[in-house]
Amino acid sequence: MTWQTVIGLEIHVQLSTKSKLFSGASTGFGAEPNTHVDLVDMGLPGVLPVPNKDAFFKAIRFGLATNAEINQVSSFDRKNYFYPDLPKGYQITQMAMPIVGKGSIKIFANGQEKIVNITRAHLEEDAGKSVHDLFEGETGIDLNRAGTPLLEIVSEPEIANAKEAVAYFKAIRQIVTFLDICDGVMAEGSMRCDVNVSMKKVDDLELGTRAEIKNINSFKFIERAIAFEIDRQTKILESGGSVVQETRLYDSVKNETRSMRSKEEANDYRYFPDPDLLPVVISDKELEEIRSSLPELPEQKEKRYISEIKLEESEAKIIASSKTMANMFEEACLKTDDSSLVARWLVGEVSALLNKDNIEIDESKLTSNNFAVLIERISDKTISGKIAKSVLEEVWESGDGVDAIIEEKGLVQIQDESLLESIAKKIVEDNPGQVNAYKGGKDRLFGFFVGQVMKETQGKANPQSVNEILKQLLK
Amino acid sequence: MSIQFKTIKELKNMLQKKEISNKEMVEDTFTLIESNKHLNAFVTLNKEESLKKAENFDNNPSNLALSGIPIAQKDLFCTKDLRTTCGSNMLSSFIPPYSATVIENLESAGCISIGKTNMDEFAMGSSNETSFFGNVENPWGEGLVPGGSSGGSASAVAAGIVAGATGTDTGGSIRQPASLCGITGLKPTYGRISRWGMIAFASSLDQAGPMARTAEDCALMLNEMCSHDPKDTTSLDENVPDFTQNLNSSIKGMKIGLVKEFDLSKLDNDVVKVFEESKRHYESLGAEFIEISLPNISLSVPTYYVVAPAECSSNLSRFDGVKFGRRCENPKDLEDLYVRSRSEGFGDEVKRRILIGSYVLSAGFYDAYYKKAQQVRRLIKNDFVSAFEKVDVIMSPTTRGTAFKAGSMGSDPIQMYLEDLFTIPANLAGLPAMSVPNGIVDNKPLGMQLIGNFLEESKILQVAHSFQSSTDWHLKTPNGDIS
Repeated sequence: MTWQTVIGLEIHVQLSTKSKLFSGASTGFGAEPNTHVDLVDMGLPGVLPVPNKDAFFKAIRFGLATNAEINQVSSFDRKNYFYPDLPKGYQITQMAMPIVGKGSIKIFANGQEKIVNITRAHLEEDAGKSVHDLFEGETGIDLNRAGTPLLEIVSEPEIANAKEAVAYFKAIRQIVTFLDICDGVMAEGSMRCDVNVSMKKVDDLELGTRAEIKNINSFKFIERAIAFEIDRQTKILESGGSVVQETRLYDSVKNETRSMRSKEEANDYRYFPDPDLLPVVISDKELEEIRSSLPELPEQKEKRYISEIKLEESEAKIIASSKTMANMFEEACLKTDDSSLVARWLVGEVSALLNKDNIEIDESKLTSNNFAVLIERISDKTISGKIAKSVLEEVWESGDGVDAIIEEKGLVQIQDESLLESIAKKIVEDNPGQVNAYKGGKDRLFGFFVGQVMKETQGKANPQSVNEILKQLLK
Repeated sequence: MSIQFKTIKELKNMLQKKEISNKEMVEDTFTLIESNKHLNAFVTLNKEESLKKAENFDNNPSNLALSGIPIAQKDLFCTKDLRTTCGSNMLSSFIPPYSATVIENLESAGCISIGKTNMDEFAMGSSNETSFFGNVENPWGEGLVPGGSSGGSASAVAAGIVAGATGTDTGGSIRQPASLCGITGLKPTYGRISRWGMIAFASSLDQAGPMARTAEDCALMLNEMCSHDPKDTTSLDENVPDFTQNLNSSIKGMKIGLVKEFDLSKLDNDVVKVFEESKRHYESLGAEFIEISLPNISLSVPTYYVVAPAECSSNLSRFDGVKFGRRCENPKDLEDLYVRSRSEGFGDEVKRRILIGSYVLSAGFYDAYYKKAQQVRRLIKNDFVSAFEKVDVIMSPTTRGTAFKAGSMGSDPIQMYLEDLFTIPANLAGLPAMSVPNGIVDNKPLGMQLIGNFLEESKILQVAHSFQSSTDWHLKTPNGDIS
């Protein structure tokens, strides 16, 4: 029997507003516990929430970028449940009238392009944190995160496998970082997701019973949790059993999912419209202002790089896929003419260094200015590509200026052909054995001569000139 | 000269003419509180702070609208550094770190908050029998309830301890005790007064308001209590008029509506007689009575007892023993902490309403109860909209009768819920309404209700003031008539 996997994702994106969704307290990460908390966040008796319009604007940016319906009138509901880090005993969320309606996003997975439909995206407040390891036998509550605005993005159940799920998550991350509505830092919990997995027979019209895996915060774990879940559910179904509707937790240490609570144990959240909050109305003017301020998105960038800057498709895709990479590319291109060389170096050497250090380009010491100078020095033949690579490594470590490094280390390329020729002649004369062997058919020895010239010039010789001169001498 | 039973206007005069110092006025107030201790009208006193403020006013005279006037604050408004219990064991030691907007407004107008008044627990009750701090007595007779939930405030004003007090009104909690205690109380249009710092019972119905001896004093207090507050998104961004402006205008030609569906034949004869007399008096002042129909009004009480408990069940979730308020001793786990803290902290009536509210919001019942109730609420609102196309104000009795004995309602909560029959509709529709003393039956006072159109507090105050300018029911006190 072949089983078909059906996956839906609920992604919680922490919006990068300065203050919380319903209070003036800061949303900054990493502060001392309970310092970014005001009366509203504590849920003190008598306090009232006031919606942060900026959170709405950021949600709308997401909606517009995913071709979604924007609900210009949206409202808040209460989701009631008791938990120590939920100060009011209810979470304010958008149940009946979310700010963002149906939309869609394009993903690339398994070598294919696919459109994933988005059901809705709604605003809600985050809860605080329970701290279990600080006090012996007691639990501490940190409310710094309580009230932080989240955009919950709900996909249709039309993701077919783990690779697609990861691609979808990456596509959402890419778009929210391009839109500047979320910093995308997963290690700080800026993006988390709940994954719904179910299995059905290929011909079945109805979906199977799903399990919801809560609160996963890395690409790797999404993939592993889904793989585990598919395996678990398949085994149950194959042996004639049935999957139980439940909430599960992914344990990354044991690489397994575990049951948290079954449907029967699930809370009745008693949703109802929050009587403290009137519906929030977005005017046509506000909507137009947001629309006209939308930045260029990855897909548009990629197209423009190919058609206008004439980049290779593969390079254009890589550069356009990351906001920091695209920024570096565009800024460097303003300062130097050789765009394709900029692209080649970004995708090649710079990316290699980024991967090695596992950082984003804006976290490195490389500035667009310095990078543009480096490209200039390559194209005006001041330094060779090989030297450039070592200069880049130097810049990577120290952040010093490219020209200063070239000057200080005397790395200017030797262009003087007569000088190169005399060096080459001497090497040919000093190595008669190798010359004979080369002439006798050992073509690979050509590299030996080039290497010797390079060694003599500390790598500063223009490699093209060296090639030509040696070819002449060894004819 | 005694300050007992004086109006705010009279107290202002006494202070201006230096017949009494601010300090003496506050001291006399505390003497009155002491001699009326049996009323149990106050939960917490603010003596030291009040005397300090009074002395400060003596040393630095000010021209503020209510400078130096002692006001009693219902114990549902958060007062910075002053215990705020909401009549509950749950908050019996809660000291708020901030003050309600309405408290700040009154204090910046010069009021001295002399103490916090007793009330039904979390404002749930119509007789002040649900307070953790014990029953409040009505000064009109031993063992009589003052009404609720603003019973402490009503009792304090009726006993002449203070000229003015704050109350809140979710289904009649200002008007019903005002009627039973023989004072004047006003619930403004929903949103006129900020709810910031008011401990919520039912957010879509709660509204603060003044309780005083006269309509004029209510207007003086209302002037200072209203404001648009950015901290409360349901607060109205509307111009606040001077509510005293129109008080003396003639009501000649004014159209007063009588609700066809209010069947007065079920009330005591004496109660009906009082109401008929007031009607005749208004006619003598030139007003015209018109019968209006509010077809859905009979659904008000059941609608209210779905909406209010639903909201309360959620609003009271924050009292969980985790962050503030009462926590049980030695909880053995989280569930135990929740269950015992809440079981010990809340009284029976509060628990009853949390249960009703949780039930009507639960999956499978939401559509049948809460959603239906909201639909009916809209119908009731629309009924009023049509009615106010024909009349200026609507008049009815405030209560079914006079103050009853504590404990006399027995164990049937429905009988108590019906106490608010006449007052609930104005809350559901968000309209301003007030209770004005209009008679005495069996040596107990009684009030009539005036309901106004949206934002037309001035008009009901004008109609009330014209009555008080030509009758003396508001001058009757448990100690006899004021000359």
